[in-house]
Amino acid sequence: MSTGNIYFDHAATTPVKREVLEAMLPYFEEKYGNPSSVYSIGRASKKAIEEARESVAGIIGAEPREIYFTGSGTEADNWAIKGAAYANMKKGKHIITTSIEHHAVLHTCQYLESDGFEVTYLPVDEYGLVSPEQLEAAIRPDTILISVMYANNEIGTIQPIAEIGRIAKEKGIVFHTDAVQAMGNIRIDVSKLNVDMLSMSSHKFYGPKGVGALYVRKGTKLTSFIHGGAQERGRRASTENVPAIVGLAKALELADKNMDHHNEKLIALRDRTIREIEKNIPFVRLNGHREMRLPGNVNFSFDFIEGESLLLMLDLKGIAASSGSACTSGSLDPSHVLLAIGLSHETAHGSLRITFGDGNTDEEVDYLMEVLPEIVQRLREMSPLYEEVSRK
Amino acid sequence: MYSEKVMDHFSNPRNVGEIPDADGVGTVGNPKCGDIMKMYLKIENDVITDVKFKTFGCGAAVATSSMATELVKGKTIEEAMKITNKAVAEALDGLPPVKMHCSNLAEEAIKAAITDYRRKKGLTEESSSCDVCCRRCEDVHHHLDEEE
Ligand SMILES: Cc1ncc(COP(=O)(O)O)c(C=O)c1O
Repeated sequence: MSTGNIYFDHAATTPVKREVLEAMLPYFEEKYGNPSSVYSIGRASKKAIEEARESVAGIIGAEPREIYFTGSGTEADNWAIKGAAYANMKKGKHIITTSIEHHAVLHTCQYLESDGFEVTYLPVDEYGLVSPEQLEAAIRPDTILISVMYANNEIGTIQPIAEIGRIAKEKGIVFHTDAVQAMGNIRIDVSKLNVDMLSMSSHKFYGPKGVGALYVRKGTKLTSFIHGGAQERGRRASTENVPAIVGLAKALELADKNMDHHNEKLIALRDRTIREIEKNIPFVRLNGHREMRLPGNVNFSFDFIEGESLLLMLDLKGIAASSGSACTSGSLDPSHVLLAIGLSHETAHGSLRITFGDGNTDEEVDYLMEVLPEIVQRLREMSPLYEEVSRK
Repeated sequence: MYSEKVMDHFSNPRNVGEIPDADGVGTVGNPKCGDIMKMYLKIENDVITDVKFKTFGCGAAVATSSMATELVKGKTIEEAMKITNKAVAEALDGLPPVKMHCSNLAEEAIKAAITDYRRKKGLTEESSSCDVCCRRCEDVHHHLDEEE
């Protein structure tokens, strides 16, 4: 492998699998009927959606009527949190979440704070783990919702969701998890986990963008989010995006079927990359947990250099990666996740996230390890922060 | 998002390094905000004869440092003091709005290095310590807020 286009940013998004695309295509040109219409092509669309719903439900151990399709992972998060907050506000106005959630959750909680809700943002330890004991201690009589992400998009840390679910169930508090990064990487059974609501997003598991789903356990109180027609049992109005929903289901089926192989492969790439970076580059820090970690996630801080420069240098070599969450790139603040695990601003600025996917190969990692140490060295030699160290 | 000029100066920065016997050295920025620029000047008869820089920062920070060194080389101190952040940005065919503060940093680095030179020569009382950089993060955020 020389230079080329190497994609190491699968936590940002993934390519749509060929089989997924093929499953979607008929629903654009031939089977374009409105699922709410009574005639045959309408019914065909309706059937496709219901089959997709059954399939998704089956994979996560839910009932079909507990699955609602949404316009994205962000929408699923917004709906779950605002919907549960407003549906339960007579009982209380306190919400517990964590300081490392995706902005889809954090900004939704901040919005609710402006509307009279109180939110506790739980800290995490240096590996990004939430403590179930701390969570339990934060519960108050007026706590109505707990939202803890399944796995973090930046550092890949996987939370003890079953344990948190058990606590939430004992206390009778609605528990939501943002499983956008976990889906397709971790086998999830909502009944065993005691989660009441779970968000997913198709484009993170080789499906199309702009479609997600929210699992809502039967009996969970939730206000409607999009008001309009009777779609999604009147709770999420708007004519369904049939091809996207079909694509989401197909992608999840494939992910479920290939999970063992996918994980084995990604873990091998991940562990090798972590090992080689630690061996070949001084002054680095692995961010996240070594074991409780998404299979394809590598996140390092490189002292004395800045992440955007590192990304641009990698891009010049044909490698696409990320520094913190892609959504953060418009702001100049370092990632809230890296600060929450205790990194200084300086160290947080110098982070690199590599997230592997099904298409990546060992040869691509060879190439990465050929260019990365040189790039880091070059940037360090340019950095005034490195001067003192290099003089020693 | 960056112009070709910016990418050129980022990937082949001019005048990177240190001048051990520099006549003026200026450091501005704050690692907390993600950028520091250090500029070294060699000055003979009020003319900048050599210049080097070291920068910790984003692509725009590296490119503006590089461009600033090109702009001051061969200039008199007086001319160099007149180089504005706008001139640095324009010489790079523009910068994305969120990165404009990097060009301020370049302007300040030049000024800080010249102030250091003057102070060493006993030409001024002014210190070159970085009062500016301590305000930097808030300044940056202020700019961002205005844009939103
Ligand atoms: C953890 C997490 N939650 C939510 C989202 C948002 O998903 P979507 O892009 O489908 O709105 C993302 C993706 O960026 C994510 O990583």
